[in-house]
Amino acid sequence: MNKTIKEDVSIVLSGEAGQGIQTIEGLLTFILKREGYYVFATKEYMSRIRGGSNSTEIRVSSKPVKSYVDKIDILIPLTKSSVEHLGDRVTEDTLIIADNDFLKLENKNLFNVPILSIAKEIGNEIYANIVAVGVILGLFKTNIKTIEEYLKERFGDKGEKIVSDNLKAASEGYKLGKDFSESGEIKIEISANESLKDDLLISGTDAVALGALAGNCDSIFSYPMTPGSGVLVDLANFSKNFDILVEQAEDEIAAINMAIGGWYAGARSMVTTSDGGFALMEEGLSLAGMIESPIVIHLAQRPAPATGLPTRTAQEGLNLVIHAGHGEFPRLVFSPGSLEQAFYLTQKAFNIADKYQIPVFVLTDQFFVDSYYNVKKLDLSKIENKKYFVETTEDYKRYDLSKAKNGVSPRGIPNYGNGLVVVDSDEHDEEGHITEDLDIRIKMVEKRLKKFEALKEDFISPEFYGNDNYKYLVVCWGSNYNVVKEALENINNKDLAMLHFSQVYPIPENAVEFLEKAEKIIDVENNATGQFAKLIRAETGIKIDSKILKFNGMPFSVEELTAKIREELQ
Amino acid sequence: MIERKNMFSLENEKELDIAWCPGCGNFGILNILKKALEEMEEITPNNFVLVSGIGQAAKIPHYFKNNAFNGLHGRTLPVAFAIKATNPDLYVVAESGDGDMYGEGGNHFIHNMRRNINITNIVHDNRVYGLTKGQASPTSQQGMVTPVQVNGVILNPFNPIAVAIANGATFVARAFVGDMQNTKEIIKKAIRHNGYALIDLFQPCVTFNKINTYAWFNEHTYKLREDYDPSDKMQALQIAFQEDKIPLGIIYEEKGKPTFEEQLTIYKQNKDPLFKRSIDLNKLESFINSMR
Ligand SMILES: Cc1ncc(C[n+]2csc(CCOP(=O)(O)OP(=O)(O)O)c2C)c(N)n1
Ligand code: SF4
Repeated sequence: MNKTIKEDVSIVLSGEAGQGIQTIEGLLTFILKREGYYVFATKEYMSRIRGGSNSTEIRVSSKPVKSYVDKIDILIPLTKSSVEHLGDRVTEDTLIIADNDFLKLENKNLFNVPILSIAKEIGNEIYANIVAVGVILGLFKTNIKTIEEYLKERFGDKGEKIVSDNLKAASEGYKLGKDFSESGEIKIEISANESLKDDLLISGTDAVALGALAGNCDSIFSYPMTPGSGVLVDLANFSKNFDILVEQAEDEIAAINMAIGGWYAGARSMVTTSDGGFALMEEGLSLAGMIESPIVIHLAQRPAPATGLPTRTAQEGLNLVIHAGHGEFPRLVFSPGSLEQAFYLTQKAFNIADKYQIPVFVLTDQFFVDSYYNVKKLDLSKIENKKYFVETTEDYKRYDLSKAKNGVSPRGIPNYGNGLVVVDSDEHDEEGHITEDLDIRIKMVEKRLKKFEALKEDFISPEFYGNDNYKYLVVCWGSNYNVVKEALENINNKDLAMLHFSQVYPIPENAVEFLEKAEKIIDVENNATGQFAKLIRAETGIKIDSKILKFNGMPFSVEELTAKIREELQ
Repeated sequence: MIERKNMFSLENEKELDIAWCPGCGNFGILNILKKALEEMEEITPNNFVLVSGIGQAAKIPHYFKNNAFNGLHGRTLPVAFAIKATNPDLYVVAESGDGDMYGEGGNHFIHNMRRNINITNIVHDNRVYGLTKGQASPTSQQGMVTPVQVNGVILNPFNPIAVAIANGATFVARAFVGDMQNTKEIIKKAIRHNGYALIDLFQPCVTFNKINTYAWFNEHTYKLREDYDPSDKMQALQIAFQEDKIPLGIIYEEKGKPTFEEQLTIYKQNKDPLFKRSIDLNKLESFINSMR
């Protein structure tokens, strides 16, 4: 059998939790990126630490790749159930590289490679994953030096034996892969580009965490919940290099109250969580609304209600974050579509929260935080952080109405200046003291709501992509940015365009023009009710009838979305 | 000293519309705390933050002149913790009722002790929910009849002192508002204690608790002897379980245990509170570049 794969290859590795699938993902993507390829990786996994069936998809291409595809060109199963687990995605065209002495698979596209035997020979079955990495790198005829260097970097501190065993495993696999390539049995033809060597390879989690750092985040208080915990872990790691206070709270209720306490004392605090954790933070959000405290909340969505599908993806948290908290108060919700957006918007979130003294959300999802791809650069040159608190004078009043601009009174912090800072979760007077005066109540409500107007100054417009004279407009938000874009590229129809919202609430006003111009609007979302389409209706009066909704816990694949959008064009 | 006097009092104190019932134990606590603070040279209204939750007791910051954070029911401790952790220069006192600290805030009560953050936690223990009109609190006596517990409280009362000692709190005291002098000294010592300090402060609720009255507390409490040694943990635990006669004073004190903030690397080299710091964007840029 001879098979040549050109331009873009999708490689899937699948096995049990604990077999090192994530290690493979990390090794392969990084080495291939260093070799000058565009890479994309995303994983799907079950909610368990051992066993089950997990997989990682690695796309390698000569062009930028940033979304998930169904097709599998090369599959490396590490267990017998892997193939079954991947279901329809394994087709006639899928090449399977497996140690069939152990797996005993029946498939005509099978290449039997003694992955496990080699690992055992080297001394331990756990090296099987590194042998597999070697096979793939062999197919790409990667420079063996790059592999060596990387393994040294990665395992160097674990001792020489570990490095040399890993190296042996990788090079044994490498030889086999190279043989396939040279014999012409499996040929991968993707052009590499030297200049990509220095690209960044970061995940959605990294982008949010680095954005927080860039936004001068100095403290994070959180309670672990997948898939939001990655940001907590990242910032904990960054705290080795930067001054960040990282505290694992006893629960989410504590976390958000801590973060608000942090801001009160002048710190820049954030929380990271998932829908269920945020549900517990609701009252705290309302507190931020009442005392006019800034706060930044990263929420990585996953399917719900309740604990839902803990490790899968969804966009079901939009209604929650928009409506969370009792009472009426302003807030802003970002939902980045690309890693770059995640970085810049998270950075901005801290400044907007500070400037307007409101809660700002960064709403992502499991697919987004767990995906990696090449990023050229995170540009810090234009970043500006401003701390908006003021030095207080003796007559300072926290909720001074005479000094309020668009509802924003100067925010003092304790022990900075001669004034005193009093905040109260009850309705309060200008000094922050509890009041039941109904006239003051009206003034304070109006003051808080005025910020909705003020906020407009910093709105992030939706991103338009496509031909200006479109008839069909695909509307999406958050993590669907790249997949919609790639589907549109596939369809290549001049009547078709995309409008992606990375600020989902409030809906930026200029969106209306785009929406009104379309003959047909097609809404794409990962939920069952079209939450964003409903929000657009509520905020702008524009009704969206066509909806492409997916809510089985998996992200849209390029093929699937391409086909579904095509249907809508009929 | 003249200058310091009344520095925590509001100018219009006489006309203040204080929301407590006449005779309520909270008035005494307010006065004692003001006196204690006035006597502490190191504390000013500016470097001091009073944090509270919700309830009758929790209204106390509004009758004070100082920085104050009056937050949510049960959430006093997380807020107080974060204020101190992000700005260790501040003196932080977390103050609220027994429902707030031990009921709604029970989880935070347990875990903040483990943190040993250098704050003082004063619990107005009136053994009843005041603001919501007399339901049982975690410290209500068994058998006490309330609008909800109509046949009398069944639950075993929460023992904050024993829990605190067992849980690693480094300063655990009990006080009674009727014993002003002693209570004031305990408060001062608690604030000066380096670490988490709990004062369970008996405060009669004259409206809803007809059992634990001033007379009842007078009869059922006694002062720990002068030569009592609070560093003996086992003895302290034993005392914590005394019910017929409840001891007042510092029941347990452990000195020298490092506080939360002392263990943070962020304050090892640089003592500045976080609000004074900014990220070095150049350093961040090279950090990001090192990830390539
Ligand atoms: C989340 C929440 N639940 C319930 C309440 C209602 N509530 C207000 S005060 C209070 C009890 C207060 O009791 P305690 O803390 O003992 O203080 P006291 O009024 O006795 O001083 C309750 C249940 C609330 N404000 N918030
Ligand atoms: S209800 Fe009880 S605690 Fe509340 S003010 Fe009246 S006496 Fe004091």
